[in-house]
Amino acid sequence: MATEIRVPTLGESVTEATIGKWFKKPGDAVKADEPLVELETDKVTVEVPAPTAGVLQEIIAKDGQTVTIGAVLGSIKEGAGGAASTGSAPKDKTVPAAAGRPDQKTETTKPVAAGPTPIQPRSGNEQRVATDNAQAPSVRRLGAESGVDPASVSGTGRDGRVTKGDMLAAIERGPSVANAPSQQMRAPSPADDASREERVKMTRLRQTIARRLKDAQNTAAMLTTFNDVDMSAVMKMRAEYKDAFEKKHGVKLGFMGFFVKACIQALKEVPAVNAEIDGTDLVYKNYYHIGVAVGTEKGLVVPVVRNADMMSIAEIEKTIADFGRRARDGQLSIGEMQGGTFTLSNGGIYGSLLSTPILNAPQSGILGMHRIEERPVAVKGQVVVKPMMYLALSYDHRIVDGREAVTCLVRIKEGLEDPARLVLDL
Amino acid sequence: MSYDLVVIGTGPAGYVCAIRGAQLGLKTAVIEKDKTFGGTCLNVGCIPSKALLHASHLFEEAAHDFAGMGIGVSKPKLDLKQMLSFKQEGVDGNVKGVDFLFKKNKIDTFKGTGKITGPDKIEVVTGNGKAEVVEAKNIVIATGSDVTRLKGIEIDEKRVVSSTGALTLDKVPGKLLVVGAGVIGLELGSVWRRLGAEVQVVEFLDRILPGMDGEIARQFQRILEKQGVSFKLGSKVTAVDTKGKTLKASVEPAAGGKAETLDADVVLVAIGRVPYTQGLGLKEAGVELDERGRVKIDDHFQTNVKGIFAIGDVVRGAMLAHKGEDEGIAVAELIAGKAGHVNYDAIPNVIYTYPEVASVGKTEEELKQAGVAYRAGKFPFTANGRAKVNKTTEGFVKILSDDKTDKVLGVHIIGPDAGTMITEATITMEFSGSAEDIARTCHPHPTLSEAVKEAALGVDKRAIHM
Repeated sequence: MATEIRVPTLGESVTEATIGKWFKKPGDAVKADEPLVELETDKVTVEVPAPTAGVLQEIIAKDGQTVTIGAVLGSIKEGAGGAASTGSAPKDKTVPAAAGRPDQKTETTKPVAAGPTPIQPRSGNEQRVATDNAQAPSVRRLGAESGVDPASVSGTGRDGRVTKGDMLAAIERGPSVANAPSQQMRAPSPADDASREERVKMTRLRQTIARRLKDAQNTAAMLTTFNDVDMSAVMKMRAEYKDAFEKKHGVKLGFMGFFVKACIQALKEVPAVNAEIDGTDLVYKNYYHIGVAVGTEKGLVVPVVRNADMMSIAEIEKTIADFGRRARDGQLSIGEMQGGTFTLSNGGIYGSLLSTPILNAPQSGILGMHRIEERPVAVKGQVVVKPMMYLALSYDHRIVDGREAVTCLVRIKEGLEDPARLVLDL
Repeated sequence: MSYDLVVIGTGPAGYVCAIRGAQLGLKTAVIEKDKTFGGTCLNVGCIPSKALLHASHLFEEAAHDFAGMGIGVSKPKLDLKQMLSFKQEGVDGNVKGVDFLFKKNKIDTFKGTGKITGPDKIEVVTGNGKAEVVEAKNIVIATGSDVTRLKGIEIDEKRVVSSTGALTLDKVPGKLLVVGAGVIGLELGSVWRRLGAEVQVVEFLDRILPGMDGEIARQFQRILEKQGVSFKLGSKVTAVDTKGKTLKASVEPAAGGKAETLDADVVLVAIGRVPYTQGLGLKEAGVELDERGRVKIDDHFQTNVKGIFAIGDVVRGAMLAHKGEDEGIAVAELIAGKAGHVNYDAIPNVIYTYPEVASVGKTEEELKQAGVAYRAGKFPFTANGRAKVNKTTEGFVKILSDDKTDKVLGVHIIGPDAGTMITEATITMEFSGSAEDIARTCHPHPTLSEAVKEAALGVDKRAIHM
């Protein structure tokens, strides 16, 4: 008996995926839950485990093919044990509902009120369109040419479908998207150059990163405020407690725990930076899900430390270390990357002196961390050498005022320069 | 007996409503005052006229087009009696079909004239004067429409006829005078023209097919004139003298002026239809009518009296069988607590002449008047391979779409099978589709429908075969 391998549900808003790679060939023996095939989605790469043990019988969706949720990827022929189940096909006898049976109308019929029951007006969004394939051809073309995902456009057509007009309006709303379509045609290269070019298909993750970064730039009134922080205190504390911390918590004491704590304290004081815009409303989030940008081979992912305000520094460090490990292995789930309210991006680990991070939409703030280096600074009239780091806070000026942004960054700086403030909640 | 739903009238609106109600589990009955079910459409309207249009078209083709295709036949002879019984067989078959569907769906039928005597009571008076009271939690009025009469002209259905009489003339009139250049006048005028009558159409307005797209109407008029139908536009018939052997119709310019007399063997009065509400007891039941005598309804087809609904020709909107059918389905669904709905912006309209004329949505005139910026794509059947090879190249397809969003706003077709081809335009409009959506949808070759695709391409000025 063959068992179908299907595309699993990959989280909200994910409707399709691209086959990355099959790990098995038809004919290979597979164990239950053994990874069979890698799927790339907008957000993550996931592995589809074997639903049962047996032999991989057939691969229907080939490498590179785009598949929708629930689509059949292939099938597994179950082993000898499985083949024993030779019972007759399940009797899937559907019992028709009484309401649909005119011959059952006398007693079973739902009585109809004399004054007819209030008639429900048609509610707009009864159905959501399930897949991209459900889009009209003009919408598909515009989506492909402009890079605007039809799934992200709200539709005015029947049952909420996206019309060509909706797409044109959406493209117009993001003018630079329209002007610089992500799939713009490239002028052909001279022949001897062309032979030395390599053309690689963008992964879905890469495409999504590209689109989301550009969307953020098109949407937010983004600007960056800078400051510098003297890392002496944090570094001293770290040197002092490194071993004890690792011994007790089984994880190295890094900088991220301090930064996350310092940020949360600052966000609590300046809530606009932890808020987002929804239409004409501002949504202030009284929870602190801190995204931590992690570079991987395939691109940037931002797992989220949820409710970081309720965690100890040790818990935060543990969570981030785990994220980093799993991000490298492509094992992060979509749920782990959703719902962040503020983001930390550490370019310092690659040696960056200064940068202006791009917001992780729809968030309103992102902190850029940079390299720590010893610099001469003036303290009380004396030039002293201190381990300094530049900090950059990019924010959405639509929602965060300059005073708020600067205050927020100064609070972060203060918390790091004097960690006692973090403990004392000052 | 007490029912969840009682429908008065079994035309397309009424019988479809009853079937849908029964499907949804409502205990349903219908009331019909005529001998057979099906209303005007099945008995004396759409269906019999299509039988005659079909037969008379073949008669004409046999006479004029067969030889050119290499089919040698002697001049065809008309057996009108047989043609009328061919028509009647078609009608009987359709009418029996409704009967069967009622039985299949366990719908009780009452033959007699229904009169609403209370918000939940209908009195049915049968032919022999017996009265029976039917109780209903919900009443749907689907009594349809009747021929509009013309002041000073009495219809005897022999020489001065309505559409009803024009379907049963016992001989081909020498001269047929049609009053009204609307759908009914032009369809029935075409039938008798093909069978040998000299047909003249008098229309009050200065154009034929009022309400249809002007460009389509002009081309259609030229085609009909080529077929031998003559038109007298901007004129009105004020009286018909029936004293002599030949009818004498007084015709004067609509704007006023000198009257003239036109001779005719038969005068067909086809100036429209009026809602039929007579004897329904609406006044006593307190059901309001609008200024044009139509039953007033809200967005959910309910009259001002709770539990009494109305659909079809008896309410606002185009008097079209399919509009009534969709309303029948919608009201049954609403009564059953579901989300019934009719999209009045996407109701097709077809004239079953040869060639056919079909339209859906807005005309160019309407768009201009509303100040809507639009683009038009047109494609003639002379450039369509299938039409060419069949030598049926009259007509064209016109697609009007929004200048900015490309949303299809109206589609107008004159050509063979236009009535069938309009459906893809209607579906496109139902889904708020664009002309590009039609253009990017694969159409089979070789078919006439490729002209629709080409017209859609034409909106973007990129038709292939032009």
